[in-house]
Amino acid sequence: MKRLGPGLILALVVGFAFLYLPILALVAYSFNASRLVTVWGGFSTHWYGALLSNQPLLDAAWLSLRLAFVSATLATGLGALAALALARHGRFRGRLLFSGMVLAPLVMPEVITGLSLLLLFVAVDVERGFWTVTIAHATFSLGFACIVVQARLAGFDRSLEEAARDLGATPLVTFWTVTLPLIWPAVAAAWMLAFTLSLDDLVIASFTTGPGATTLPMRLYSAIRLGVSPEINAACTLMIGAVALAVIAASLLLKRGQAVGG
Amino acid sequence: MRRSSPGSLRRAFQPWNDPNAKPLIEFRGVTKRFGSVTAVSEVSLSLYRREFFALLGPSGCGKTTLMRMLAGFEQPDAGEILLDGVDITAVPPHLRPVNMMFQSYALFPHLSVADNIAYGLKREGLPRAEIARRVAEMLALVKLDGLGKRRPDQLSGGQRQRVALARALAKRPKLLLLDEPMAALDRKLREATQFELMDLQSELGTTFMVVTHDQDEAMTMADRMAVMDHGGLVQIGPPDVIYEAPVNRYVAEFVGDINVLEGKVVAVEGDLVRIETALAGMVELDEEAPALSIGAAVLVGLRPEKIDLSHDEPAQSFNKVAGEIWDIGYLGDVTMIQVMVGGDSGRLIKVALTNRTRRAARPFAWEDRVWLSWDIEAGLVLPR
Ligand SMILES: Nc1ncnc2c1ncn2[C@@H]1O[C@H](COP(=O)(O)OP(=O)(O)O)[C@@H](O)[C@H]1O
Ligand SMILES: [Mg+2]
Repeated sequence: MKRLGPGLILALVVGFAFLYLPILALVAYSFNASRLVTVWGGFSTHWYGALLSNQPLLDAAWLSLRLAFVSATLATGLGALAALALARHGRFRGRLLFSGMVLAPLVMPEVITGLSLLLLFVAVDVERGFWTVTIAHATFSLGFACIVVQARLAGFDRSLEEAARDLGATPLVTFWTVTLPLIWPAVAAAWMLAFTLSLDDLVIASFTTGPGATTLPMRLYSAIRLGVSPEINAACTLMIGAVALAVIAASLLLKRGQAVGG
Repeated sequence: MRRSSPGSLRRAFQPWNDPNAKPLIEFRGVTKRFGSVTAVSEVSLSLYRREFFALLGPSGCGKTTLMRMLAGFEQPDAGEILLDGVDITAVPPHLRPVNMMFQSYALFPHLSVADNIAYGLKREGLPRAEIARRVAEMLALVKLDGLGKRRPDQLSGGQRQRVALARALAKRPKLLLLDEPMAALDRKLREATQFELMDLQSELGTTFMVVTHDQDEAMTMADRMAVMDHGGLVQIGPPDVIYEAPVNRYVAEFVGDINVLEGKVVAVEGDLVRIETALAGMVELDEEAPALSIGAAVLVGLRPEKIDLSHDEPAQSFNKVAGEIWDIGYLGDVTMIQVMVGGDSGRLIKVALTNRTRRAARPFAWEDRVWLSWDIEAGLVLPR
């Protein structure tokens, strides 16, 4: 192990403090008994109880969860297929263009993705709501899912699939019995990632949603504009918890995948 | 097991000499290219039922490609492959009655040993009880009873190789392909496994085709072998024919060690051929039905173990040459002696002496002046 000097340790502490103190403050104030956000009035779980009776907020949370679930599933399915095409079909015509187009949303400013999707939805004249946001989220998280699965496929021993074919498995059976079980951890991690990306998103959802489909981040954001309340802090704390769990699960899955497949 | 009378049965088995025998597998003018590389060119070859066939050649000569075309993983660019007289070129791998043991073994890491072996049987839709019975039978066959529940990563290299073998044999294929089956085993284990494979093959009666770049392995196991070079088959035949009557210099040098002398035919009298060589003077040799014309430029091949070494000049007037010992390599069972013939700028000739006595008693030393001599049955003629 390399020892860090005092200067480096200081930089590390300041850096992490910068990143995590606001979050810690938020979590701490969600347990504040006082209604005033900046005044500590003792420990209380009152605001978590209040959340349960805040119907609009609960509706938004439920919508966000459903939306994240559907869009993550779509994005993972399509992303995994794109990864398979990229990893398996060698240098097909238009490969570079294909991979570029799949991965472009990763670096595209959200405002542009959101605006262009909005223009599309307006142009084809669909009613904006749950499904337009779902499609928008699937579109931008597809690239992330693709990258995660592709990394797993890069180290995949093709002769395993050939052995399955040799033993009498059709291409489809080979995929279900050999390929998928071996890349499963990466697929699950990709799903978790897409799920958190969707749960988090404010910008693209704002562009592509319609009346009656307000996601949790949108609801929180509009509530904050009326002033920060401890209730919002409680909602955010729950969200941080959910996202952190998903990210930890995803990285554990990826690690496990490396151990099994190798 | 075949241990009782191995040799006699083997010698009687020669379907390739029987004009009425129907081959199990037939390659007809098969060619395979990868871009500008011709991996396999114009290969025609027949394999017979119950045959143990070895494909021998240096790395990159197209052995694996030939085998993969048989398994269905590569499509020939020209020619056809027949199984039992039926063209299988268009049949996908999962429908071919051919199984392959991969060089990397390709065991499924997420399945237990038993499930690996059962994989092919499940695809056939066999009843559970039958699958369990066949798996147990296979585990016993490769002497892995009791290890069915382990994962492949909990096995040694030799055990993994056996699982791969059992998995490929479980489906009772007409033809088993083995790509460098011993490459990952250490020497002792390799020798033992060679004999086990031979036993297994004659017990099951399956046709085996094994790919290897190790000539000892090919010669030990095979009924017949083919020597490949740059995608083409150079010679096909039983190991002793390949070794004692190679068709050209490439085969002679690839299979075993050989000394090659340039010469010119000066006389052909019945089976007796006389060749004048620059290095060793007149060489006489016994060649069955020699199709040689007087004055033809040829090569004389002499295997190191067929040359005698002595301090005194032999009585015969030909098939001998004088030299000086340049190097002595002790290999345990034999000693390889390099003799410089034709002065300091001449050529090194290799002689192999069997070490019949222990080291102290051996008669030759560095810089000894010696005579090499050989029988008229020793040399062979190769085209130049
Ligand atoms: N999939 C492939 N793509 C391009 N070239 C290949 C491929 N497979 C084999 N080759 C080439 O074909 C030749 C024969 O390869 P291979 O059959 O693997 O030889 P061997 O098994 O005798 O070592 C080599 O030159 C190799 O580079
Ligand atoms: Mg090979």
